[in-house]
Amino acid sequence: MSTEETKTAPAADSGRKAPAGERVADWADGRLGIYGLAKANMRKIFPDHWSFMLGEICLYSFIIIILTGVYLTLFFHPSMNEVEYHGSYIPMQGQLVSEAFNSTMHISFDVRGGLLIRQIHHWAALIFVAAMLVHMMRVFFTGAFRKPREVNWVFGFLLLVLGMFTGFTGYSLPDDLLSGTGVRFMQGAILSVPVVGTYLSMFLFGGEFPGGDFVARFYSIHILLLPGIMLGLLVAHLILVFYHKHTQFAGPGKTNKNVVGMPLLPVYMAKAGGFFFLVFGVIAVVAAVASINPIWAIGPYRPDMVGTGAQPDWYMGFSEGLIRVMPGWEINLWGHTLVLGVFIPLIIFPLVLVSIAVYPFIESWVTGDKREHHILDRPRNAPTRTAFGVAWLTWYFVLLVGGGNDIWATHFNLSINAITWFVRIAFFVAPVLAFVATKRICLGLQRRDKDKVLHGRESGIIKRLPHGEFIEVHEPLSQEDLHTLTAHEQYEPVAIGATTDENGVERKVSASQKLRAKLSEGYYGEDNQIPKPTADEYKEITSGHGHH
Amino acid sequence: MSTQDIPEENLPSEQDAGHAAVAEADAKDPFADPGLPPHEHRIQDIDERAAKRSERTVALLFTLSMVATVAFIASFVAFPVDKIVYIFPFGRISALNFSLGLTLGIALFCIGAGAVHWARTLMSDVEIADERHPIEATPEVKAKVMDDFRQGAKESGFGRRKLIRNTMFGALTLVPLSGLVLLRDLGPLPEDKLRHTLWSKGKLLVNQNTNEPLRPSDVRVGSLTFCKPEGLEEHDHDFQTQIAKAALMVVRIKPDDIKDKQQREWAHEGIVAYSKICTHVGCPISLYEQQTHHVLCPCHQSTFDLSDGARVIFGPAGHALPQLRIGVNEEGYLEALGDFEEPVGPAFWERG
Repeated sequence: MSTEETKTAPAADSGRKAPAGERVADWADGRLGIYGLAKANMRKIFPDHWSFMLGEICLYSFIIIILTGVYLTLFFHPSMNEVEYHGSYIPMQGQLVSEAFNSTMHISFDVRGGLLIRQIHHWAALIFVAAMLVHMMRVFFTGAFRKPREVNWVFGFLLLVLGMFTGFTGYSLPDDLLSGTGVRFMQGAILSVPVVGTYLSMFLFGGEFPGGDFVARFYSIHILLLPGIMLGLLVAHLILVFYHKHTQFAGPGKTNKNVVGMPLLPVYMAKAGGFFFLVFGVIAVVAAVASINPIWAIGPYRPDMVGTGAQPDWYMGFSEGLIRVMPGWEINLWGHTLVLGVFIPLIIFPLVLVSIAVYPFIESWVTGDKREHHILDRPRNAPTRTAFGVAWLTWYFVLLVGGGNDIWATHFNLSINAITWFVRIAFFVAPVLAFVATKRICLGLQRRDKDKVLHGRESGIIKRLPHGEFIEVHEPLSQEDLHTLTAHEQYEPVAIGATTDENGVERKVSASQKLRAKLSEGYYGEDNQIPKPTADEYKEITSGHGHH
Repeated sequence: MSTQDIPEENLPSEQDAGHAAVAEADAKDPFADPGLPPHEHRIQDIDERAAKRSERTVALLFTLSMVATVAFIASFVAFPVDKIVYIFPFGRISALNFSLGLTLGIALFCIGAGAVHWARTLMSDVEIADERHPIEATPEVKAKVMDDFRQGAKESGFGRRKLIRNTMFGALTLVPLSGLVLLRDLGPLPEDKLRHTLWSKGKLLVNQNTNEPLRPSDVRVGSLTFCKPEGLEEHDHDFQTQIAKAALMVVRIKPDDIKDKQQREWAHEGIVAYSKICTHVGCPISLYEQQTHHVLCPCHQSTFDLSDGARVIFGPAGHALPQLRIGVNEEGYLEALGDFEEPVGPAFWERG
């Protein structure tokens, strides 16, 4: 002991013991090498922007879900054995329910605080998936997915998809009438798969629907398989965030080669750590006052019963929309049935998600840009990307409307047939309209930025000139603002160039090259971005005689 | 891949390429990066009294959290689990759930609010710039890795001893098959299970509500009756699976209103029996329009015309509801004259 101390603190304080905390840290360092880790990360810089909180909400709601989920497993019985209900909820006395339903009722009515934890768990799940989608949109619209972060984009996307299915398997567990209807819908969709559909259904449900197995099977998927994969992906996602360092918006002093902000210790330790408690606190209050999935009002599952206005949890709503608005096409040939009316929605369902997931790779192919990007784009400065993102969101929301067509019909006194037809048409038309409109808006905003840079901002001061004319005085921008508004990069469209060389020999141009040139023109051609003001333009305007 | 054909000059210049000498640049380049703006002091940085106020606010929030936790424990002990109270505007809600959630929420939120307020008002808010380093390895590192890999690969003899390589791939490809085979007993084969229901010749139609066999006189025009096959009881271990296929709805339509000829023949004096399970994805159909004899599935709004062979008139269902042939036995009860002629519920590949 004493020899070790003289080794670590030789001359300075002879014989004095290091503080206890330091000694613990020394012990850990000798085994885990924590000082090396802390050197790199303790004062790691995080930039400040409200939108960077969205990912934190995902992380924290995930932690809340795990904490409350572990608690729920202590009371939940994942079994479909039928028992008579004899808990403290009077209206359901003596009714035949599954043990899964029975134990969920027990958690809700007989375990003190059980209902609260159940509601926190369910609310946090809704918030988790919503936060992931919004976080993903933030990353999308600011171009944060560009090199070197493409892999992390994919990790995040997988987390979103897995989160949706973890949610689905989770809300199916109480075996209530609403969730059972959702499971039936899934089973019907599985049956539509050509050739193997009936086999998949029999294997998943251990026989015919509903059978006696699916709750136990969904349970192990919900509490072990999917969250296990998600935990791995989440850790990888966070390691990459640390490794790549955070992105930042352009601004004075912020370059592609630095990251400007405040250190992890103490500022972000307090802010991010505190934010966990804020998120948890808000969800706890929501769970205190807003009931969610009141299975006692819905009742136990019976395959021959259903309630009206059945809706899945929101993140499954777009798949509901697909299945509701698809025409009921069925092809019968050679003794077999191709259930296109169900199978096509089943195929489009993942394609909706994949279409946004592959976008970063398409964009990087079009630009051919292989450099690292750490400065975020303002959405207006990437009009085609922004327009694509808005078109995708429009598509998604049109499907959500389709998924809730009965709710829209009853709440707004509309014809359900009219809504269904609207969604059928809007499915194809609305994204195109949204794309065109968004692109125009982005270009308009680019023009306004250019105008602001060259002519200054409107001061609101009206001046009367000696000859009677009224003008509004424009104030020139500060250099900080000038820099910020002109810091974005602008690409030149990729040209194929002459297809014959100077000797008249024809050069082969592949179809993919032609496609890329066309796309590149669409992204960066003359009418598709507003050239940002140059220093010369600025000087010419500002040097002479004032400006108005 | 094919990025080589994009010349470098097509890419925009590096964002910070020209901004090395920031200070003297602005004369030449009005858009140059002026560098980090000077730090602006907060009131707490210059006024110790303001800092003290912030300190008290943070401490107050943390104290509030402690009080809330005590209140949480107190509510847990004080409120019985079944106590219902009226709280505006939420209505009649569980007192325990409300008080536990509220106190837990306040206890957590105050910790968060205190920490954030502390960070925002008292901790240093001087912005610091950290250097970034390229993710890509330097050419030397890459060369070293490549060398190491080649050396390792060579020492393993992987490329040279093809027999080892190929048999190893074979073994690794086959071994997951064991896992796949083990999944076989997850469920039985479909066979013709989806083609049959509990209905058969002579089975009485039992009213689900009264649990009594149904007589023709029980079924009036405009009413909708749900039936199950005689002998199927709720306590049966396979009740759920059987009723998922056998659920039946019975309505009476004036025989003249029935447009479909076969339907009229399969009915008894205008009493028709159809499968209750939607042919779309299997929800139970439960909404009946008396005037038009339309039934609607509340899940996805498939609409069927019961006066016309239950054909689909709107929505995503792909084919008509199967009809059960019924008659009356000697005692005057409605009975099935056989099973459904076609599979009930959602369509599938083998349905044909």
